[in-house]
Amino acid sequence: MTVQPEILKPPPTEVGLLGWLKKNLFSTWSNTLLTFVSVPFIYLVLSAVITWVFQDARWEVVTTNFKVFMIGRYPRKEAWRVLASLGIVVLLVLLTWISQTVKRYPMARWLVIGWLLSFPLIGVLLRGFSSENPYLPLVSEEIWSGLMLTLVLAIVGIVASFPIGILLALGRRSKMPVIKALSTVYIETIRGVPLISVLFMSQVMLPLFLPPEIRLGTVVRALTGMTLFSAAYTAENVRGGLAAIPIGQYEAARAVGLNEALVMGLIVLPQALRAMIPAIVGQFISLFKDTTLVIIVGLLELLGIAKAVTGQKEFIGLHKEVYAFAAILFFIFCYLMSYASRRLEQALGVGER
Amino acid sequence: MQNENLNPTEDIIICRDVHKWFGDFHVLRGVNVTIKRGEVVVVCGPSGGGKSTFIRTINRLEEHQRGDIIVDDIELTNDLRNIHAIQREIGMVFQSFNLFPHLKVIDNVSLAPIWVRKWSKKEAVKVAMELLERVGIPEQANKYPGQLSGGQQQRVAIARALAMQPKIMLFDEPTSALDPEMIKEVLDVMVELARSGMTMIVVTHEMGFAKEVANRIIFFSDGNIVEQNTTEEFFLNPREARTRMFLSQILTH
Repeated sequence: MTVQPEILKPPPTEVGLLGWLKKNLFSTWSNTLLTFVSVPFIYLVLSAVITWVFQDARWEVVTTNFKVFMIGRYPRKEAWRVLASLGIVVLLVLLTWISQTVKRYPMARWLVIGWLLSFPLIGVLLRGFSSENPYLPLVSEEIWSGLMLTLVLAIVGIVASFPIGILLALGRRSKMPVIKALSTVYIETIRGVPLISVLFMSQVMLPLFLPPEIRLGTVVRALTGMTLFSAAYTAENVRGGLAAIPIGQYEAARAVGLNEALVMGLIVLPQALRAMIPAIVGQFISLFKDTTLVIIVGLLELLGIAKAVTGQKEFIGLHKEVYAFAAILFFIFCYLMSYASRRLEQALGVGER
Repeated sequence: MQNENLNPTEDIIICRDVHKWFGDFHVLRGVNVTIKRGEVVVVCGPSGGGKSTFIRTINRLEEHQRGDIIVDDIELTNDLRNIHAIQREIGMVFQSFNLFPHLKVIDNVSLAPIWVRKWSKKEAVKVAMELLERVGIPEQANKYPGQLSGGQQQRVAIARALAMQPKIMLFDEPTSALDPEMIKEVLDVMVELARSGMTMIVVTHEMGFAKEVANRIIFFSDGNIVEQNTTEEFFLNPREARTRMFLSQILTH
């Protein structure tokens, strides 16, 4: 005859709130000591921050200048164009998200076309045509500023530098000596200088390479500099990923009859890029924050505009509020990119197969 | 039972005085061999003897530095068109399977016919499913390679190579990386393939397989063919001392 062991409830100090406290804060003597030291410290810091945020800070500087932060010196009459561009992006993001969760692959082709078309569309929408045009008068990109400029610089920079980076990585691994040499020189030179100097050089040197009739605006020159800079770093990330693919994959792909381009495009790059997503997205997040450097060439993106706002007569001395707000905005965007990256990794099974 | 439908005048692979060096190391030292259409040839020999390198030069995974290799009347030169034409006609199965981990099994098998032979997806998937049935694992079609056992993965690799309808199949130690209980399932597939008339060159230590289906056995050592003979003669009357020593080493299992 078997004796059924008594089924007991776990002791109260192991489960629930008490259990959590015990396991996480008081599990060992050193942990307990750390808890006693850090809890009052955290309390002090948090109470100071919260008091400041809700009582002492004068957030009027942010609320009255909200439009300035967002679109800078963009003419207020034409602000609808910025909203429209934002609407297009939000719509595309939503459709992409839906197609991922619902998994309707025929939509994928249209989505890609949609994304590709959105760039020139938004470019035209924001910039407009000549000054006489009644619907879309010219708003030169030299006037674009604020968060809008940050996003334009970052998004175009990221999107343009990615394919260039891949080509550079392939070029560096090429067996053809000229291509390999050119790619290596490019990558090592760019990686050897700070972004600021690349921005300076693109301001000064780009006009030297082009015929005098083409006069590039500051924004275009800054964009070129950022793209070329980021491409070099992306190239090294991609090259690392390619080197991590076992040579058996190349051999099996060639043995089954695929030519070099197909081997790269169907077998090697999909595996390499998937593994490289954390590194590549990290590079993109860096690029997003590096857009703040264009203040050096006279462009006022979000941080530049924030600095200008602190100089306003009515709000002299309110640096903390202004920069805290800018910091929060940067955090939101960078966190979104990080989150999207994690979801992408999950969807592609990074680290699983 | 050996292949009896040999066409004796059809030389599908001709190697004349093939040399290859890895840096200073002379790995292939003037190999001369002719393989006939429909023949099943087993290449055996000690490690480092050059047998894997030899079959890999045939489909240009390794480049030979001297000598001629002619596959199905196409000469293997540096001309990319020749190389691609030859690679399309040869299927290869590797010791480490080398399946594409980011694609499902069915996509692994149908990828090349779609992109190289330009078949429609429907056609390619149909042929792929038939091949998966032929190797005995149609139910694994929608899984990823990482979810399969070694024996199943190798069978998918065989199906993937067969999907391109090659004239020649090369096997580079196909069962060496498998657990013993899975070797039989892969060898069974290879036996069936041999009996169906495929031209096969198999680098292996599985002498039971050789005795069952090989027309000819080549003993490869120190970069060249030491001895080759019909299967029966090879095992009954090995002529060279090196051959006898090798056979005594592997047949004591």
